[in-house]
Amino acid sequence: MSLQLEQSPTTGDDVISNYTINFGPQHPAAHGVLRMVMELDGEIIERVDPHVGLLHRGTEKLIEYKTYLQALPYFDRLDYCSPLCMEHSYVLAIEKLLNVEVPLRARYLRVLFAELTRICNHMLNIGAHVMDVGAMTPNLWVFELREDCLNFFERASGARMHSAYFRPGGVHQDVPLKLLTDIGDWVDTRLPELFGDAMSLVTDNRIFKQRNVDIAIVSKDDAVKWGFSGPMIRGSGIAWDLRKSQPYDVYDRMDFEIPVGTNGDCYDRFMVRVEEVYQSARIIKQCLAEMPDGPIASDDRKVSPPKRGEMKQSMEALIHHFKLYTEGFHVPAGEVYVATESPKGEFGVYLVSDGSNKPYRCKIRPTAFSHLQAMDFMCKGHMLPDATAILGAIDVVFGECDR
Amino acid sequence: MAVVHSAPKFAPNTGVKDALASALGSMLVSAHEEHGEVFLVVERSQLNAALRVLRDDHDYQQLMEIAGVDYPSRPERFEVCYCLLSLTKNHRIIVKTSTDEAKPVPTVTDIWPVAGWLEREVFDMYGVLFAGNTDLRRILTDYGFEGHPFRKDFPLTGHVELRYSEDEKRVVYQPVELAQDFRSFDFMSPWEGADYVLPGDEKAAEHPAPPKVDEPKTTESPKDTGAGAKTDAKAAETESPGSPDLDEGGPATDAPEPTESREGQPRREGRTADTEGATEVDKNDPDADAEGGKGKDR
Repeated sequence: MSLQLEQSPTTGDDVISNYTINFGPQHPAAHGVLRMVMELDGEIIERVDPHVGLLHRGTEKLIEYKTYLQALPYFDRLDYCSPLCMEHSYVLAIEKLLNVEVPLRARYLRVLFAELTRICNHMLNIGAHVMDVGAMTPNLWVFELREDCLNFFERASGARMHSAYFRPGGVHQDVPLKLLTDIGDWVDTRLPELFGDAMSLVTDNRIFKQRNVDIAIVSKDDAVKWGFSGPMIRGSGIAWDLRKSQPYDVYDRMDFEIPVGTNGDCYDRFMVRVEEVYQSARIIKQCLAEMPDGPIASDDRKVSPPKRGEMKQSMEALIHHFKLYTEGFHVPAGEVYVATESPKGEFGVYLVSDGSNKPYRCKIRPTAFSHLQAMDFMCKGHMLPDATAILGAIDVVFGECDR
Repeated sequence: MAVVHSAPKFAPNTGVKDALASALGSMLVSAHEEHGEVFLVVERSQLNAALRVLRDDHDYQQLMEIAGVDYPSRPERFEVCYCLLSLTKNHRIIVKTSTDEAKPVPTVTDIWPVAGWLEREVFDMYGVLFAGNTDLRRILTDYGFEGHPFRKDFPLTGHVELRYSEDEKRVVYQPVELAQDFRSFDFMSPWEGADYVLPGDEKAAEHPAPPKVDEPKTTESPKDTGAGAKTDAKAAETESPGSPDLDEGGPATDAPEPTESREGQPRREGRTADTEGATEVDKNDPDADAEGGKGKDR
């Protein structure tokens, strides 16, 4: 008896073997259906093997069987936290192949709603991230803001999440003036108030810092090698933002800053997102101030459909409407890779057209794919609970990752 | 053509194609520029070396995407496209190579670790092999999935479907059953060079076109058709000659026997028994004829 007491399991020379656990696919901190096979040494992560694809729906294959316009709503369902930014890459890819001009108001509207989507996405991510590391209240507050964003989307497009609002050649419909003034009021008053309050609880919080500072430090070299983009590469200190460097729509007219991190840890990535919310609000204000009146879709009737009122008067318009919604438009043969700055990073569409009305191939470049792949080297040597912080800072949504 | 679209604008392509083409030298198969994108097609065996040159000497630091494309009609049906991004030059290029089911593409995981999953995805979806990738497992499809779903000859609906079986208390796989045929609408107009047979066109092959006539047909004159006062008078005749005498023909020899009545069989039971009442005219009913000879008590 006394002999057994002396041989304590931690001090004896018993070999403690590593053990493997499944993190997910049903795990509140897995942000969806992620299964991570983790090899642990005690509580230290030795190796992570993320298994993705549990939400694979074959979107790219489905798109090959749809006309260009019918394929658009699939993009809303990729990253369902930032649906309009997904559409943005796709419509720009089509427009690049068609070389169609988009009216100025439509470009402003797209930028306005893309930035609203960015705020909406960051609200979810920031809230989820702080909840992953133990804080409940900020999540509930920022969800209020997210709810406001979704209401704005509903007023613009009729749908809260899957808007299908951006169309090749412009946007689907014009927005009422009251909506624009409401967005302006919201950006001026409610957003900074509520978001500032929520962040005042978090950013200098001792527990939050203990959970995030110096966790999963990614150097600049690693960020480049592992194909990082968006807040992940900016968190590592590289001021790379496609809105600045490769401007699309009216981002070249916008005045905004690119926040960068200094350490490349989870806290930096988080703070980059926090600052991006304020920068997005700046862009929204500029859009509202500068947005001209005018058409909201291209007047090329072979691409964008006529207005309902016009169809009542003009036979030509009726024929165009019918042809566009049955056969769709034909896109010149060719290949383009168009990438935009989605809230999570570079979201690209590699579109191959064979000249028909359906895409021959539509490869979607998800942001989460390269970031998740880096989970292994980011987690190595950290504790098991750090994995949730790292995952939260990646900002992964599986609709997009698995496609 | 002037660029009017508002897609992302990176650094101009001027001179890039030629500079990279000369740098790659014999590794390059062809280079072209289309829709504002620079495409470099490289030799498959030289892919790794070519991408290393592009990364180290020409500042294409990031590999953003590897996309597989399937062209079943080509001898090497798969195209593997590497989308490269230069953070310093703010430029994008696409490097392509082609392969088939058997010939492996050299891996680029030694140049960019991010290629690991990207190559796994191309392998999973198209069955393209990557020589040197040590972890070439399936990534997006189910555990134990068979086939490569993004190939053009793989049906959109797949081969198996799964459901939860209440009997076996587990998820079971079974061959896919469609409640309705898969609908694929064809919007190609026949006058835009459709290469399929329209319904009815196959008859043209069965009955070849009649031989050409030496004398082309011209508009008929009254002399040819017999039209004129004489014909009009004939047409104006009110009385037609009598119909041919039917008796001359006699009964048709191959007509079937009259249908037998139900003689010798038991009467039917139930509501349909009164067949006579239903078929024969009731002599007492004055409206019977007007109702088409149907019985009044139906």
